[in-house]
Amino acid sequence: MTSSTAADPPAGGDTASRAALMTVQGVSKVFGGLTAVSDVSFTIPSRSIVSVIGPNGAGKTTFFNMLTGLYKPTVGRITFLGKDVTGTRPDLITKMGVARTFQNIRLFGTMSALENVLVGQHARMKAGIVGSILRTPGVRKEEERIRVVGREILDFVGMPASSFDQLAINLSYGDQRRVEIARALASEPKLLLLDEPTAGMNPNESDRLTQLMRRLRDERDLTILLIEHDMKVVMGVSERVTVLDHGTKIAEGDPATVRSDPAVVEAYLGKQG
Amino acid sequence: MAVASPAQSTPAPKRYSLEGGLPPVAGKVLFVALAVFAVLLPLLLDPISSLLSDCIIALAFVIMALGLNVVVGFAGLLDLGYVAFFAIGAYAVGWFASGFFVDANVYVGVSGFVLNLPGIHTNFLIVLLAAMILCAIGGILIGLPTLRLRGDYIAIVTLAFGEIIRVFAVNGDQIALPFGDANLTAGRQGITPVDQIQLPFLPQFTQLDLRPWYWLVLALVFVTLFVVIRLRDSRLGRAWIAIREDEVAAASMGVPLVKTKLYAYAVGAAIGGVSGAFQASYLNTVNADQFAFSFSIFVLAMIILGGLGSVWGVVFGAVLLSFINSYLIPDVLRTVPKSLGLEFELTDLGFGIFGFLLLIVMVLRPEGLLPEKRRQIELTEGVGTGESTFEVRA
Repeated sequence: MTSSTAADPPAGGDTASRAALMTVQGVSKVFGGLTAVSDVSFTIPSRSIVSVIGPNGAGKTTFFNMLTGLYKPTVGRITFLGKDVTGTRPDLITKMGVARTFQNIRLFGTMSALENVLVGQHARMKAGIVGSILRTPGVRKEEERIRVVGREILDFVGMPASSFDQLAINLSYGDQRRVEIARALASEPKLLLLDEPTAGMNPNESDRLTQLMRRLRDERDLTILLIEHDMKVVMGVSERVTVLDHGTKIAEGDPATVRSDPAVVEAYLGKQG
Repeated sequence: MAVASPAQSTPAPKRYSLEGGLPPVAGKVLFVALAVFAVLLPLLLDPISSLLSDCIIALAFVIMALGLNVVVGFAGLLDLGYVAFFAIGAYAVGWFASGFFVDANVYVGVSGFVLNLPGIHTNFLIVLLAAMILCAIGGILIGLPTLRLRGDYIAIVTLAFGEIIRVFAVNGDQIALPFGDANLTAGRQGITPVDQIQLPFLPQFTQLDLRPWYWLVLALVFVTLFVVIRLRDSRLGRAWIAIREDEVAAASMGVPLVKTKLYAYAVGAAIGGVSGAFQASYLNTVNADQFAFSFSIFVLAMIILGGLGSVWGVVFGAVLLSFINSYLIPDVLRTVPKSLGLEFELTDLGFGIFGFLLLIVMVLRPEGLLPEKRRQIELTEGVGTGESTFEVRA
């Protein structure tokens, strides 16, 4: 299985029959002389959990950054909900319904958990500068509403109410991960991109996160794209797995197929004699 | 791409909190007490005393500092060209409320003897509005080229912008406007006199009674305080903190960087314009020599000394430095060199003294005299100093 089969339907699963939420066609990213991502094509079906895995330096995060608008693909096309979003500004992509977390947590440190989630709702708010100065009834109502919604979301991801007003830098690592997911959810996304969400978590915490991902898909109709190193999480939760190595797609399919793919084994463990 | 868990590498977490300082009730009482004192102060002073004049200048600087604090303190965009908005605000007075354009005879909302004078004479409230609009446009113009820059590089661009405006002011007497027989500015000669302020229901402001000037500028301070506090606690204020701490995360959460930054520049500039227009009217001149680079540094020193981002710290810093500049050094300590047998004017050392003060504060209390908690934590934790280059297009 090589990148030339990218357009083929994935092996197994009914995911292909669902409408594609996001489509990536022949995307590459070149930094100077270094090709970080090379000609990757890829579709994300609605209401699915799909994963991108690969060894360190395979270009996974670069790929993510292109999907969220932080990087502009050197070549290729990305469509979301049928609209071309190649090189669209990150805040506009967020507004269209794509939210993300970061591999190295990027919360606003001096803001409380709740305030972080309030910033996440920025794109869904209307308050303008004049309204904010006059604090019109509309603005006042909106501020109340986003606080209610923010508390609900923090509760949903499993934050204890006592931590809502705690500054982000005071929170434990696991709680910071949770708040980051809550902040992403606050922007009311259709597609949630999680960049190594279980990094640094113990097996217990990883399990809870896996459950949370399933709940997000089932209860909130979310589609999740996951970059993950923890194979237990990937194999347990994903409907489909895409493997990147040296910036190219080397395999794609359901977890069982990918796991037994010789190219994948080679990428992770080296060539077997 | 780190696989290892960063959890183990982080040091034992320290507990930070935004709480602390005065309890809310005490804060309110203190504010009301200070406000009442400020309102009643002129009744205790001689209506044409130089001390009252120093108070007026100090309050005008408070407005300036509050405006610069929006840009530097709230949004974290270092601006070294803030004098530009003093200049633009002042020229709004020079152009629309003086006899500068002698060919024009335009009178809007004014009465009394100015109706017999040539030039454009507009009511001060309209001039204020014009100053705010012109400055907001200027703020956006200065903001645009800095959008792709960060930190020190923004400072350099804004510094240049301030200088461009100053050079235009100095040489504006050589720049003929396309209409009438008029130039852009009056250069170093200055536009003087300008109209004395007329406000509805109040008598004409004169230089013989400074109290109306004082109450006007105090009212402007209160309005500015109201605006900046409301904005700080709004959707926009949160977005400013977010981009100050992490642009990448802010953009990824749906905060439009360009719009949010330009709002900061525009609001800061408009507030500076209010102060500029007031000072031009009060000083009764619009002179290109007023718009030196050192003015920008002076206002910046006020907000750093008081506490970057802290509204009350900035008010305190502005009053403190303004009084040191206009009262302590020239009036109180003037005789000190002579009494030590030294032959020099203490006022010549003004900036040396400010530099020294700033140095001491930076060593002993780098977050400022009345620090803002968030800024303090950012300073100690290094928040917002992380790498964040990415290809956001303007």
